[in-house]
Amino acid sequence: MITKRIIPCLDVRGGRVVKGTKFEDIKDVNDPVELAKKYSDCGADELVFYDITASCEKRDIFIDVVEKVAGEVYIPFTVGGGISSIEDFNKVLRAGADKVSVNSLAVKDKDIIKKAALKFGAQCVVLSIDAKSNDKGSYDVYINGGRTNTGLDAIEWAKEGQRLGAGEIVLNSIDTDGVKNGFDLELLNRVCDKTSIPVIASGGAGTKEHFSQLFKKTNVDAGLAASVFHFGEIDIRDLKEYLYNQGINVRRV
Amino acid sequence: MIGVIDYGAGNLSSVLKAVKKLGYDAKVISTAKEINEADAYILPGVGAFCQAMEGISQIKDVLLQNISEGKYILGICLGMQMLFDKSYEDGEYDGLGLLPGQVKLLEVSPLKVPHMGWNQLVEHGDDSIAKGSDKGYVYFVHSYYACPDDFNHVKLYSEYGVKVPAMVRRDNVIGMQFHPEKSGETGMTLLKKFLEMV
Repeated sequence: MITKRIIPCLDVRGGRVVKGTKFEDIKDVNDPVELAKKYSDCGADELVFYDITASCEKRDIFIDVVEKVAGEVYIPFTVGGGISSIEDFNKVLRAGADKVSVNSLAVKDKDIIKKAALKFGAQCVVLSIDAKSNDKGSYDVYINGGRTNTGLDAIEWAKEGQRLGAGEIVLNSIDTDGVKNGFDLELLNRVCDKTSIPVIASGGAGTKEHFSQLFKKTNVDAGLAASVFHFGEIDIRDLKEYLYNQGINVRRV
Repeated sequence: MIGVIDYGAGNLSSVLKAVKKLGYDAKVISTAKEINEADAYILPGVGAFCQAMEGISQIKDVLLQNISEGKYILGICLGMQMLFDKSYEDGEYDGLGLLPGQVKLLEVSPLKVPHMGWNQLVEHGDDSIAKGSDKGYVYFVHSYYACPDDFNHVKLYSEYGVKVPAMVRRDNVIGMQFHPEKSGETGMTLLKKFLEMV
């Protein structure tokens, strides 16, 4: 049977992996290729790279990183950030990425999901959603790195993303991101209930227990985290062993 | 030289890099001349079946001729599905007809489709290419799956509501539904075994 996936997320700026919390306070961490290899060796099931470079010139450096990773790491990886056209999809896929994630772009131009799914296959179109709870008991979709509230309902947006042809959803909770207090199980359950494509949980991982709660209490397919892996607070090999002992089906290397 | 067949289906670089990493000479090929020159083929594939078959139509005959003469072919993911007689993906389309069987939509509710992620291999039969891979994990991404007329052509499968053929083989025709180039050690080992045979 299919296993639950553990996915380290690498934010890349100027060719280096960086990590901030709550979209701020950026720290330099490591060389992306080196880090990707390390994660792959210790059992990461997949990797996500976000290009958080602001300027266009630096875009080439990022594509170069994607190419290098594809030549060194033999597990699937997703690329996101700075995707603004079908041509950008083409560029990163040709560089060796397996999937492309879109966030703000998809909100501004819904057709991009449909077009990309038709051209490259639904399996490589990932809809990334940044969601934050509101005082009405529902969740709003934020874009532009979590700065702009679109007023869209997150659950409805996830459903629409699936209808348009997205093959997977990365659901990031702004409320729990960087706080290390556990994943946003409520939000995740609501989205899993209303969609039938794989959902990747993001935001809030602080301990191994958070991952076991995630897989026991929701129907998500994968857990994504960054800093707990980058700073060595959770070792992926240990995490897999722990989850296995908790009765969760995971791939151990 | 291993020819990685380019018929317009996008991402070939990962397969190419993986083959080279294993120490084999490989090149992206697309013309009849290059097909005749290659020693063996890898048929990758992402996207839709009918588009892929259309993309390969120009070189289909020369490819089939070379395979009938004994050259090895490895179809990966959609490339494996293309080896079969027919697919029902968004209609009804003829495949390459190298393996008897059909390609159908995975209907495994409440399990999610696409079948995406790492699944465990189960060995079926005793083909040398499958030896040692039992219980290994490989990475799948697909919504359609192969239904061979003869299940003995299945050398490895995975459980996902149904027995999903993971690796099929008839003589010099081999298919992998998973992505060996994205399946870590287990995948690279299987890819290497294919390359060693050709």
